[in-house]
Amino acid sequence: MADIILEMRDITKTFPGVTALSHVNLAIKRGEIHALVGENGAGKSTLMNILSGVYPHGTYTGHIVFEGAECSFKEVKDSEKKGIGIIHQELALIPYLSIGENIFLRNERAKGGLIDWDKTYVDAGRFLDLVGLKENPHTPVKDIGVGKQQLVEIAKALSRNAKLLILDEPTASLNEDDSAHLLSLLLDLKAKGLTSILISHKLHEIAKVADSITIIRDGLTVETLEKGVDTMDEDRIIKGMVGRELVDRFPQRIPKIGEVAFEIVDWNVFSPINPERKVIKDVSIKVRKGEVVGLAGLMGAGRTELAMSIFGRSYGLHITGQALKNGASIALGTVQQAIEQGISYATEDRKTAGLNLIGDIKENITIAKLKKVSRYWVIDADKEIGVAEEYRGKLNIRSSSILQKAGNLSGGNQQKVVLSKWIFTEPDVLILDEPTRGIDVGAKFEIYTIINKLADEGKSVIFISSELPEILGISDRIYVMNDGRIVGEFPRGEATQEGIMKCIMQSITEGGNGKH
Amino acid sequence: MESIKTMFKNNLRQYAMLIALVFIMALFQILTKGILLVPMNVTNLILQNAYVFILAIGMTLCILTGGNIDLSVGSVVAFIGALCGNFIITMHMNLSVSLVFALVIGLMIGAWQGFWIAYVRIPAFIVTLAGQLLFRGLTLFMLKGLTLGPFPDRFQLISSGFVPDILRAPKGSLNGTTMIAGVIFAAIYIISQIGRRSSHRRNGFDVTPFAAFIAQIALVAAAILVIAIWIARYKGLPIIFIIIGILILGYSFFTKRTVPGRYLYAMGGNEKAAQLSGINTNKVLFLAYVNMGVLAAVAGIAFTSRLNAASPQSGQNFELDAIAACFIGGASAYGGVGTIIGAIIGALVMGVLNNGMSILGMGSDVQQIVKGLVLLIAVAFDVISKKKAR
Repeated sequence: MADIILEMRDITKTFPGVTALSHVNLAIKRGEIHALVGENGAGKSTLMNILSGVYPHGTYTGHIVFEGAECSFKEVKDSEKKGIGIIHQELALIPYLSIGENIFLRNERAKGGLIDWDKTYVDAGRFLDLVGLKENPHTPVKDIGVGKQQLVEIAKALSRNAKLLILDEPTASLNEDDSAHLLSLLLDLKAKGLTSILISHKLHEIAKVADSITIIRDGLTVETLEKGVDTMDEDRIIKGMVGRELVDRFPQRIPKIGEVAFEIVDWNVFSPINPERKVIKDVSIKVRKGEVVGLAGLMGAGRTELAMSIFGRSYGLHITGQALKNGASIALGTVQQAIEQGISYATEDRKTAGLNLIGDIKENITIAKLKKVSRYWVIDADKEIGVAEEYRGKLNIRSSSILQKAGNLSGGNQQKVVLSKWIFTEPDVLILDEPTRGIDVGAKFEIYTIINKLADEGKSVIFISSELPEILGISDRIYVMNDGRIVGEFPRGEATQEGIMKCIMQSITEGGNGKH
Repeated sequence: MESIKTMFKNNLRQYAMLIALVFIMALFQILTKGILLVPMNVTNLILQNAYVFILAIGMTLCILTGGNIDLSVGSVVAFIGALCGNFIITMHMNLSVSLVFALVIGLMIGAWQGFWIAYVRIPAFIVTLAGQLLFRGLTLFMLKGLTLGPFPDRFQLISSGFVPDILRAPKGSLNGTTMIAGVIFAAIYIISQIGRRSSHRRNGFDVTPFAAFIAQIALVAAAILVIAIWIARYKGLPIIFIIIGILILGYSFFTKRTVPGRYLYAMGGNEKAAQLSGINTNKVLFLAYVNMGVLAAVAGIAFTSRLNAASPQSGQNFELDAIAACFIGGASAYGGVGTIIGAIIGALVMGVLNNGMSILGMGSDVQQIVKGLVLLIAVAFDVISKKKAR
């Protein structure tokens, strides 16, 4: 019987309206590297957040047994004390503090409340050696690269005597060399007895370093593959991740596809944070009248950046390329211009960028085209109310009245308000960015129905989603994006989840350094 | 039943400060043995606080954009006063031309600060703190530390003049102009309320029961008439009262019913979402400060006229009065929430406290303590009641 360091049994976690995890089981053997894979939204991060205490005991059901003892973590500190260290995708370092200060943050080398700076930096140096980082511990964290910051995070976890290290997409933002270094470090640490859980989309990396792989899909544990017992190549993993056939979760539509309505040609965009870095590379896409075009890809593939750079240059610097509508070149310099040209974009993050949560439903629906309900800059209250009521009925927004605050609506109904807002602008091209994220199955179906109806009316829809089944279910044509490029295009009949996944994985392997 | 309950709850929150104001007035009415509400004192209360009303209106717009405040308005009031002094007293310029110049310079001051805040995106707090020093310094420089005065009579009329009685009512009886204005105003209120109710009905909204509606409009109309009678019993309608009234009505309409007004709320509610809805939020922010500059100039003219002198020390702490009025009146420190009427009620709360405590002969020490606590309690009440409502 192998020595089990961690067992998570029968974990179920629900958010209002969504079951994120359902009876998930996970067993980690001492001293192994255990990979956790699954599509975006499958529930990997939720599971790790439960383990580390981000979601406290009581907000989920099930058992966590770590080193033979049942655990009920109330906060992250509790799991840290037991020796569980989690490194999140977004690093939790303070940029203006030094490496040494960051390593011992909340764990200061101090005597009687006073920080012992000598000990801080001597000890920090020791941990840096351990992770193979040759940097002065006095250096501010902002002055070192992402790869090195990742190592600082690991050093920080080790300094707290972590016995189990959880890494959430550690190589997502690293280049090839840094990734290779990180993976070999994991193997080194494993040789020293450290157990780690690795969450990653880069299946070739997982195939290389993992001792066992647990696959999660739609909040369920699908299977666990063991090294030496099962084959663990990429094809096998993809099959597990994608799994079942599509059930009838999508409303039927007979597409009536017309002329090319909107087109962008040779689109290039540079990062606003790092103007040297190209985020969108020579992208050309087109969408026809009455067509729903899916834009597939992993998180960070550049889909949102592409959409926002098109929508009135809301993202990026030095944007070059041409936008054509019905064959004629159009200017999309500001959001206002884009809306007037009939291009609309519903953002992926409805709470922070899509809605005025303290405003009511009515105000949210009309804000992008107040002109339509006003004369000489004076809003016609009756007309506005009429419009809001019309959309509340048409899109079935469940609310006490149109004067209800958007912040008090459920996710699905919020999304319907966002859609109302953009449909109200009478767009010809509607770009929808993750319109079904975080909403329940029923509301998803309603959103798909709305999208179908828009297409039937002859509008063009660009549909961005990280959920492949959804993209396959709703799109007439699918572009696959990775690392800022279009890396594949599938018509409806030829697209499969395996095909798209393979297309992405291939481009990662060919491109080498993934996301840079 | 449920709807009546929630309606009451909503109304309670909406009218909490109005109720507090009535309570404070009643309290001081008793404590001062009736002096607070004698007609002369009511008129004085309005004249004394004219500048706070005007500044609070402008400040509301700034706060709506995202909790941005303007710390420079006190200094701008002094600066505009100094300009008026130079134009009118020293240079003997035409009065109207001087006032137009003063307003244009107020606009330019607003544009100067708005540029740094909206386009360079320096926090409003810092830009206007700099402005506070800058314009106070310029005032001292311009006046060479001396007070200029007195102003010609016509200039003084702005803040101390009264509208002549068109009915030529005999001395001692009610002022006719005021009574006519009061009746017209009450009629406009009743008609607009009936219009709103029928519009709500047409659109299938819940409306207050008919009896409650009648009671509400009767109460407010009666209040308007009582105020009119009170003002009519003294010297009649102050000119500054008309200016403030126009500003209140105009800006209430602007914020509630116009497209740019809606932009203010949208920007304060979620700037990112507003930008992605095609709103030029930089421009909105810029114009809010331009407007503040103009209103600060109006307040500067009104205050200088009342003081009948351009003093280098005038306007100190005016910004704090205006900001406090907005927050007492229910504006959110994060933006997106707040009304002109709320700010006016807030200003009245502060004004009545000032006036009442002065009548009682309390020192400025006690007055400041009380005002500080009232500000804190009012905002705490708002924050807590909002938390409960969730």
